[in-house]
Amino acid sequence: MSRLAAPILRVLLYEGPGSRTVSGEFRGALLRTLLEGGFPVSCVRSPAPVDAAANSVLLVLGDFENQPPEASARVRFHPLNGSAPAQIAEAADQVRSELGLERPGVWKPWFPVIDFARCTNCMQCLSFCLFDVYGVSSTGGIEVRNQDNCKTECPACSRVCPEVAIMFPKYRHGPINGEEINTDDVRREAMKVDISALLGGDIYSMLRDRTAKAKSRFSKERDDERALKERQNCLVKAGQAMGVPAEVLASLPSPEEIQARAEMAQARARAAIEMNNAKLGENRS
Amino acid sequence: MPGAARVLYCHCAYAKIVPPEVKQQVLAGLAASDTEWDSVPDLCEMSARRDAHVATLIPRGELRIAACYPRVVRSLFQAAGWLLPPETLILNMRTEPPEQVLSGLLEEDR
Repeated sequence: MSRLAAPILRVLLYEGPGSRTVSGEFRGALLRTLLEGGFPVSCVRSPAPVDAAANSVLLVLGDFENQPPEASARVRFHPLNGSAPAQIAEAADQVRSELGLERPGVWKPWFPVIDFARCTNCMQCLSFCLFDVYGVSSTGGIEVRNQDNCKTECPACSRVCPEVAIMFPKYRHGPINGEEINTDDVRREAMKVDISALLGGDIYSMLRDRTAKAKSRFSKERDDERALKERQNCLVKAGQAMGVPAEVLASLPSPEEIQARAEMAQARARAAIEMNNAKLGENRS
Repeated sequence: MPGAARVLYCHCAYAKIVPPEVKQQVLAGLAASDTEWDSVPDLCEMSARRDAHVATLIPRGELRIAACYPRVVRSLFQAAGWLLPPETLILNMRTEPPEQVLSGLLEEDR
């Protein structure tokens, strides 16, 4: 099961009837500690029935006037009892651990987000990504399917998008960080979009050529270490030009695997484009 | 208590892109208010998880969100299969001062 489908622990700070109000200062400190520990928190005062949302267990915190209700499979209660925020966060983590729920913060949520107001479904991102992050929806549209396959700090696919439609919210600079786009951005991205122009040849072709050249040399002079170095050198230019972190480059698969994956991704992109063109044709006729 | 507006605050806990003093002040201001509100450690993560609780906030009436760039926030919701109503107020803690974010979240009428 993907880590993204795993159930999580949510926290609800209840200050309605039957639970005394805490001070604003304590509430702020508690919220900050829980959020930094990775727990989503709701602050509630109305005595509405409590239930956990799907795929989660709810931990209700409160300065309860009486004994809190019995715990159920999906709702637990924990009295504040004058504990410090750190102790309460610890108790929440203990509940999470006992129930075998997803540990927050293990995955840094870094992945592309598509601005569908700009995306034209050109499928360049699908062709480009080697890590199977993108997919095609049942309606033929591009979608981010495997967020947790994305390589942290790597924004490379956003640089091949001709419409500046791919954002990485945690990236430092605009327009990749989601800042509003101006015409200069579009012009700049349009200039960069042709990876062939950027690298003097398609990145994958470049790798293939490099591999072929390397193979002819290796037939005379086989050296795994040199082969690895060759591959890394080949990628340095791409890395520098596209802001790809060294760790991502180092984790790239072998050139042969890259070639196979790139061909597969390109085939998926072609199929999606053909499907979309066919639909367009049907609609026109 | 401000009308029926629901507040969602993103703490962007796993990155250092929102100035900490902005998060600190917005969080403290929300905590000192008597409004009911929801907070998430990271809205990107909730979108990737298609978090069922965040989805329930949309049909509950007016929603005000403190997170980052509006283009990102709308797209994160859309990616999870939820459509934010156009009138949703999105406040950007990356660029707006905390006082402005807080006043947007807590003002009685817009």
